[in-house]
Amino acid sequence: MLSADLVIATAIAYVGLLFLIAYVGDRRTRNRPGGLLRSPLVYTLSISVYCTSWTFYGAVGSAARNGLEYLAIYLGPTLVFIGWWFILRRLVRISHEQRITSVADLLSSRFGKSSRLAVLVTVIAVIAIAPYIALQLKAVTSSIQAIAGTSEMARGRLTGIDEVGLAFGIAAGMALFTILFGTRNVDAKEQHHGVVAAIAFEAVVKLTALIAVGVFVIYAGGGFEGIFSTAEAAGVEIYSSDTFGTRWVAMNLLSFAAIICLPRQFQITVVENSDENHLRTASWAFPLYMLAMSLFILPIALYGLTSMPEGANPDMFVLTLPLFAGHESLALFAFIGGFSSATSMIIVESIALSIMVSNHIVMPVVLRLASDARASDGRGVSRLLLNSRRFSIVLILALGFAYFYLTRDSDALAPIGLISFAGVAQFLPAILAALFWREASIKAATAAVAVGFVVWAWSSFLPSFESTSTTVAAIMAKGPWGITWLRPEALFGLEGLDPLVHAVFWSLFLNTATLAVVSLLTSRSALERLQTNLFVNVFGRTSGSGQTFMRGSAAVNDLFFVAQRVLGDERAVALFGNEASESGQVWTDLEPTPAFIGRLERELAGSIGAASAHVMLSKVVSGDAISLEEVMQMADETQQAIEYSQQLEKTSAELRSTADQLEIANRQLRDLDQAKDEFLSQVSHEVRTPMTAIRAFSEILLEAEDLKGAEREKFISTIHKESLRLTTLLDEILDLSALERGERGWENQPVDAESVLEQAVHVCHALARQRAMTIRLARRAKAATVSADPDRLGQVLINLISNAIKYNSTEHPQVTVSSRIVDGAYCVEVADNGPGIAKAERGKIFEKFYRGRRAGAALTGAGLGLAISRQIVARMNGKLELIEGTRRGACFRVTLPLLKAEAMAGE
Amino acid sequence: MAIDVLIAEDEPSILEALDFILRRAGWSIGSVTDGEAVVDAVRRLQPRMLLLDVMLPKRSGFEILKQIRASESLRDLPVLVLTAKGQAQDRRIAEELRADAFVTKPYANAEVVSAVRRLLGEQVAERG
Repeated sequence: MLSADLVIATAIAYVGLLFLIAYVGDRRTRNRPGGLLRSPLVYTLSISVYCTSWTFYGAVGSAARNGLEYLAIYLGPTLVFIGWWFILRRLVRISHEQRITSVADLLSSRFGKSSRLAVLVTVIAVIAIAPYIALQLKAVTSSIQAIAGTSEMARGRLTGIDEVGLAFGIAAGMALFTILFGTRNVDAKEQHHGVVAAIAFEAVVKLTALIAVGVFVIYAGGGFEGIFSTAEAAGVEIYSSDTFGTRWVAMNLLSFAAIICLPRQFQITVVENSDENHLRTASWAFPLYMLAMSLFILPIALYGLTSMPEGANPDMFVLTLPLFAGHESLALFAFIGGFSSATSMIIVESIALSIMVSNHIVMPVVLRLASDARASDGRGVSRLLLNSRRFSIVLILALGFAYFYLTRDSDALAPIGLISFAGVAQFLPAILAALFWREASIKAATAAVAVGFVVWAWSSFLPSFESTSTTVAAIMAKGPWGITWLRPEALFGLEGLDPLVHAVFWSLFLNTATLAVVSLLTSRSALERLQTNLFVNVFGRTSGSGQTFMRGSAAVNDLFFVAQRVLGDERAVALFGNEASESGQVWTDLEPTPAFIGRLERELAGSIGAASAHVMLSKVVSGDAISLEEVMQMADETQQAIEYSQQLEKTSAELRSTADQLEIANRQLRDLDQAKDEFLSQVSHEVRTPMTAIRAFSEILLEAEDLKGAEREKFISTIHKESLRLTTLLDEILDLSALERGERGWENQPVDAESVLEQAVHVCHALARQRAMTIRLARRAKAATVSADPDRLGQVLINLISNAIKYNSTEHPQVTVSSRIVDGAYCVEVADNGPGIAKAERGKIFEKFYRGRRAGAALTGAGLGLAISRQIVARMNGKLELIEGTRRGACFRVTLPLLKAEAMAGE
Repeated sequence: MAIDVLIAEDEPSILEALDFILRRAGWSIGSVTDGEAVVDAVRRLQPRMLLLDVMLPKRSGFEILKQIRASESLRDLPVLVLTAKGQAQDRRIAEELRADAFVTKPYANAEVVSAVRRLLGEQVAERG
């Protein structure tokens, strides 16, 4: 026969075993780092601290009452773990780099090492977790009572002790146990390997126990099918239609938040994580563990509902089913399983919370009281920390017990757990913003968490006291001071919702809204921006380049003193010795570099939290520490300097290219200058030639008086001819110069090109007759209107035809003129059957003063004709070119675009 | 039959004027207008001196001078260079090529006549 005495004795023995495991675990990891205790398996098992006695007992109760609803509690965490790459990995990486010790530390560190936010988060966590602790107490108490309640004899020594007394005893025992377990080291970052080992062991125990009961139930109930058919026959509604409604969504969301925000989960998943890669294993193994845990829950619930007497507490089915069937050892095992779930949760939760309390509440107060950190006594800090943690553990369990006491009349387990979940879920928006949203500011995070907490406390936490407090019951019914829209379960007139959904909706909605709005309204301080970078860009920058902002001549002794007090003698010596050997200096001459101070700050943060470490070191270094604003300013200035130098570089590149361009321009100028010299020299030559003749004949006429009339006349006419030539030359030079400058001394107008050609040919006939040659008119265009000046166009055509006449030295000289319309352009070709133009000269004939190889004939002209013609045609938007004729001789072609209307008519 | 002066000049008016004044001064004259024909004409006409225009068609006066100075039989021929460009550079080139005299267009007829006389070595005798 099971008795309460035996059960309690077993529980104590079990705790003893846990203690042994923790002790051995600590020893083993200390002597031999790595190994099984730091394996992904142990890590995954320890994460299952998520499955508390609520899962163990409460899930069955929940399944019995609400069908498949309990699955939501597993689904949220599964999502988080499967999506570990996005959130958990980031969380773990940041926490390792920044030596984060808790949720409060995470938020405080991200939002500018704010102690206020840390305190707020800590307080909320402690309050929100109280129902959860109470839940464990209640579960353990109920389980002992369930056994003790079976007979008068079974009560044993419990006779005369009521539920409250039992719960108190359990709470006290747990407190003692946790203190012994978890507060032997001061550095939260120095992981609790022993504890983790014990938790992993417990994970195995509770899973095995639940599966054992499950197997028993399946066996007793005639297999899955048997159980389900019996339940259906008994009228148990298995597939409740509203299972997957809003309440289910809310529960999913809560469990999603819980696996990240619950202090114990953060402690195990993030702080106790020794290797980021363990997350890979956990990402599939942990959901698997939860699946195994949930496998038998529905059968147990259904079998309980059908086989247990009316009125049996479904939360205790796991225990009462084997008991009822007379399987006492199985019942005892089940009890150990439930006890195991409860203890693991309480131990880890209170360790995590105690670290938060001591780091974020006790330490800052102590630091504030001791204006000079050096004044407090030597090893005080670490002793103080340990004591404050012990005190915190007692406080946390006391709060849990108080909550248990105040709500003892409410019987279901699951709702209590959900209250806690909803409480810690208030951290979720801030945490996600901390990891992903650059703009989130400290004010916004603080306000959001505070708003969420107040709404939660009002709409979720307060109503749980309804049964014990008449005041609360009155508020619930009529609202405070009769303000109905402030009723906790019908805020702002939102009625008819499930209380849980209602509370979750309002708290998280207002929380997130506050976070977003305030973030957008406020600006972030310099330190916040620094920390934001470290968090949001954790994967984007080279690791290990932690921020440091302190500089100066902090005496190495002062730093050592601080380090020794917080980290302990051994680690402080190691840290400083390491730095001394790295920098190759003697210890006492050590010049603390900013990097070293930064490292020291992170080490300290691992023990006392980022905010406290920051304050503490500031006090030591503050002598000539520069303010963060100054650092930021320096950074800005550096940035400016960099930009300036980049600008300089750019400018110098520009200068270089300008210089290159200048050189090119200079070369062009030199070329131009040379061309100008050339031109002047040519002009000079061209002018001097007629001048020479004029002068020579003038002198002859002046001196030789004996000249005959005919000779005299001939000389005078030569002088006259040469002076005309000189005039023409000067006109041409001026004309060409103007054309080359882009000037156009005429207005283009519609001109009948054919009649201009006619005219030109007519003018040239005289010249042709002189040379006894003919101008042959070949195929002609019918009519063509081009945009041109008739005189200028005529000048060009005359120039071409007369050239063809003048330079034709063959025996039967002939010039052929033809015109046609091609592709909307008017085209005149002037061809001769002369010697043609040598290939080498083709490119030069349009140059100024270039006069082909004349056939010896005495010709006038300065060699400007073609150059001028080409310029004229260009000013009429046409072109003048020398083309390859089919026959010997040269062939010049003038192409002018037809006027639009004409072009269309011509096609 | 040797002549006194061979004129290589392409401008018909100038050639006519030179021909007139040099004949009037009593010399026998030959002429050529094409650069390529100059050296042949020199060999054929055996002039006592050459009056050479720089800007000749097909072959420049400087090229011709160079060839003459390089030739065994012609190198001592006195050459008067005529140029219309009148730049220091032309004068320098002419000196380098050992031209015996250099006259810039437009010139005074007397200048050409006295230069020719000097090159023909008749200066003193004629004056006397």
